[in-house]
Amino acid sequence: MSERVAVRKTYKLFIGGKFPRSESGRSYLVQDANVSLASRKDARDAVVAARAAVKGWAGATAYNRGQVLYRVAEMLEGRREQFVALGVPGDEVDAAVDRWVWYAGWSDKLAQVYGGANPVAGPYFNLSAPEPTGVVAVVAPERPALLGLVSVIAPAVVTGNTVVVAASPTEPLAAVTLAEVLATSDLPGGVVNILTGRLSETVPTLAAHMDVNAIDLTGVTDAEQAADLEVRAAENLKRVLRPAPADHDWFADPGLTRMTALLETKTVWHPKGV
Amino acid sequence: MFEYAPAPESRSVVDIKPAYGLFIDGTFVDPTDGGSFKSINPATEEVLAEVAEGGAGDVDRAVRAARAAYEKVWGPMPGRDRAKYLFRIARIIQERSRELAVLESLDNGKPIKESRDVDIPLVAAHFFYYAGWADKLPYAGFGPDPKPLGVAAQVIPWNFPLLMLAWKIAPALAAGNTVVLKPAETTPLTALLFAEICQQADLPAGVVNIVTGAGETGRALVEHPGVDKVAFTGSTEVGRAIARAVAGTRKKLTLELGGKAANIVFDDAPVDQAVEGIVNGIFFNQGHVCCAGSRLLIQESVADRVLESLKRRMAQLRVGDPLDKNTDIGAINSAAQLARIRELSEAGSAEGAERWSPPCELPERGFWFAPTIFTGVTQAHRIAREEIFGPVLSVLTFRTPAEAVEKANNTPYGLSAGIWTDKGSRILWMADRLRAGVVWANTFNKFDPTSPFGGYKESGYGREGGRHGLEAYLNV
Amino acid sequence: MTATATSARSDLSELGRSETALRTFLHGLPGVDQVGAEQRAAQLGTRSIKTTAKAQAIDLAIRMVDLTTLEGADTPGKVRALATKALRPDPADPSCPHVGAVCVYPAMVPYVAEVLRGSQVHLASVATAFPSGQAPLEVKLADTRAAVEAGADEIDMVINRGAFLAGRYSEVYDEIVATKEACGDAHLKVILETGELATYDNVRRASWLAMLAGADFIKTSTGKVPVAATPPVTLVMLEAVRDFRAATGRQVGVKPAGGIRTTKDAIKYLVMVNETVGPDWLDPDWFRFGASSLLNDLLMQRTKLKTGVYSGPDYFTLD
Repeated sequence: MSERVAVRKTYKLFIGGKFPRSESGRSYLVQDANVSLASRKDARDAVVAARAAVKGWAGATAYNRGQVLYRVAEMLEGRREQFVALGVPGDEVDAAVDRWVWYAGWSDKLAQVYGGANPVAGPYFNLSAPEPTGVVAVVAPERPALLGLVSVIAPAVVTGNTVVVAASPTEPLAAVTLAEVLATSDLPGGVVNILTGRLSETVPTLAAHMDVNAIDLTGVTDAEQAADLEVRAAENLKRVLRPAPADHDWFADPGLTRMTALLETKTVWHPKGV
Repeated sequence: MFEYAPAPESRSVVDIKPAYGLFIDGTFVDPTDGGSFKSINPATEEVLAEVAEGGAGDVDRAVRAARAAYEKVWGPMPGRDRAKYLFRIARIIQERSRELAVLESLDNGKPIKESRDVDIPLVAAHFFYYAGWADKLPYAGFGPDPKPLGVAAQVIPWNFPLLMLAWKIAPALAAGNTVVLKPAETTPLTALLFAEICQQADLPAGVVNIVTGAGETGRALVEHPGVDKVAFTGSTEVGRAIARAVAGTRKKLTLELGGKAANIVFDDAPVDQAVEGIVNGIFFNQGHVCCAGSRLLIQESVADRVLESLKRRMAQLRVGDPLDKNTDIGAINSAAQLARIRELSEAGSAEGAERWSPPCELPERGFWFAPTIFTGVTQAHRIAREEIFGPVLSVLTFRTPAEAVEKANNTPYGLSAGIWTDKGSRILWMADRLRAGVVWANTFNKFDPTSPFGGYKESGYGREGGRHGLEAYLNV
Repeated sequence: MTATATSARSDLSELGRSETALRTFLHGLPGVDQVGAEQRAAQLGTRSIKTTAKAQAIDLAIRMVDLTTLEGADTPGKVRALATKALRPDPADPSCPHVGAVCVYPAMVPYVAEVLRGSQVHLASVATAFPSGQAPLEVKLADTRAAVEAGADEIDMVINRGAFLAGRYSEVYDEIVATKEACGDAHLKVILETGELATYDNVRRASWLAMLAGADFIKTSTGKVPVAATPPVTLVMLEAVRDFRAATGRQVGVKPAGGIRTTKDAIKYLVMVNETVGPDWLDPDWFRFGASSLLNDLLMQRTKLKTGVYSGPDYFTLD
């Protein structure tokens, strides 16, 4: 008897809740696998999917979003070994699970911490509340491939944004595997879209895309490229999160800024009278 | 007929110098290259003063002065003492409020009743509000020890000259930054009077620097490598250029840009107040308001009635001498702005919209534009899409709440919106869906130092006012 | 526009026939936002009326005064003096106009009538169990007829606020109709007692109710409750008469009463009339001030404008 032939996995993109190959039909060899090489068209398709998902996701109750994020944590916990098999250290997987849990809890608290009543000098009810900015393009840090990725996706989506993520080009398998987690976590299709491949192909398209509201340049390591992307983003005045410093500690308390940078504050006035 | 006799506010309270230098490091200095420009009264085209034009060298001097003040004085100063300086400034503004109001109306063209009752009181209130934050930053929700950024470069527009200065300088100073501020070239005078107020308050030299000039001066300031923060209020076009200019730098950027707000009137609106809100929304400050309600969306079933009321009300608007206490609409701020308003209005007519203005006599000298509405406007018209920044209202209709939301949001801007209806749940439903930073329900154009202001989308980013306004000036 | 106005007219005349129709109509009127209405009134109050405009306004305001005394202590002597003053408010200055009317209790009407006979000054009398209105309808109508017979050509009636607040609109309507009939040729001013109506929505509804029932004037207050005329209440009433004329073609007058004591106050009201309903109402036939002490302040300011010197109360009669 010969040894059993294993079934290998095809690593594909994650767009609109589905796993398509790149429309370009290309892949690249990385981490001993053929990984989809996303094209500019894939990036545009991902933006369309992300935009379509905004209404439902931003309109969901905060409680519901929190439940979904917690479900992601549950699913990730269950696939811990799968990530370890890909070479992700166990403590990093644990931290990534914990990060989902941490952000899940923020869904119905941030508006209380970050918004509130304003005591204006007049007979008005006046309330400021944060709202998602919309579609966010995210360049995930190159490593840690899983914790870094989770640390940029979760704060964006917990508040109701949808994201198009350019995964680590050198370690994309964690991203594709995370997509499988997300696909089984009650997360509506299109809320998170993951592109693998070369940043130079997809990210400039996302930075210039007029239907993207914000861009998180965390994973951009080249200063000149970061500046170029910021210039592109200026065209429709995207909110820009600048690259993280090289020595950023991904295991540390992330604070609120990753969430608040991708929020709009809406202030509503109404007279008080009889 | 009941004709109101002229009721001019006296100019004598203001002492305008023939020429002004730059305010750098606590004193007025001549610009290094000796350039200057004239600031005129837009209501008469009379020259008010000769104002120094700051060049790159002057900007550099100012930034260095601000840096030195930041490092040696203002940065290390305890918050409670910074607070006291800001309280002092607020008090002096109140004490000299009439002088500031008259000067603002002279230089800007806005009616004295607005500079007197809106602008200057809000300026004082803004300094009072942020003064109180200076020693309470650890409680502002940005961590236990939030730090200032350093030197803030601030470029402000001409529509609310002193108020925009207050929106910029008060939170910056409260947070511990020092500033170099460039006022708009057509309205520098109240900023220069503010410099005198800083002197009167014994504010340490270099904490506030005022560099007057035009676009090039602003560019030099924004691009100066020594600034840590850039704050701009003005057009989306310039905002875009600034966003490009700071790309790849450490400079933190906040932008408060243009708007094309929808003011939405439902069939159950309190109609008399709605009409006031429409008028206030578009004719306040000659429509030179980024958050102006420049697109009126009326529910079809009441469109005729609301328009009739609106026209009747518009006929009561008094256009003329900004210093007359009964003037409702003053002068357009500049010849250039007047040309832009005219061009867009002509485009409105050319594209088939119907133009209407009440009978109104405009002065011969100066820059004037009658309050104007366009009916029969569609979303495709230029006057429904482009910011006119003048007393020109585009009127559209809608049938359902969902259509109103769709039309209101169908713009690259997202600064403000208005909703008029007696139904509370509809207000909240609408407010949730409108993509705008400020939503006024059954009111319009209300401002308060405690209330965050700023836009979605191409109306900019960051918020001014309230606790949120501190974030722009803290390293968080 | 003409076509709709005509059809609106015929519709409105039917409203009084049914409680349901009245209610549907009154509750279908646009709401009033309190804060917005008060701000608009305050804004109008910031108009600066100086020199020639002020002189014009003062004389107009004098002509609009319903010089009023409604005290239990009123006597024939007191009301005769008041009526004399109404005819010649400033005996030292024959160019000073007379007031619009003298307003007294029914029992005082005959004494005032003697003085005013042959003059242009109207004689108003409160009736219908003023100020509470809490009397049987028969008594109120008798009160009205008596005042008219004694010489009053204007009747200031009070509405039944209890019935209004309880939503019994037909009852209020019918009372006004009956009183109007009892007035004969006399003009009917309907006092809404806005200080007891609690909301501007109610002020608007009560205004329309009174106009639909035939009021010639709508009046804010009796002067006998803590809150009398205010600028925003008057603004809402002015909007109502404006809209009523647009709908029916019939013009109705407005009378703020109580609490208007200074020239400055009076001018604010005139500005409000001017900018809300326009010059058609800037006439004693269409706008009145129910006041007593206001007149002397108007006279003092008038003298000041003429002489450039501030006068004092000792120089004007106290009646």
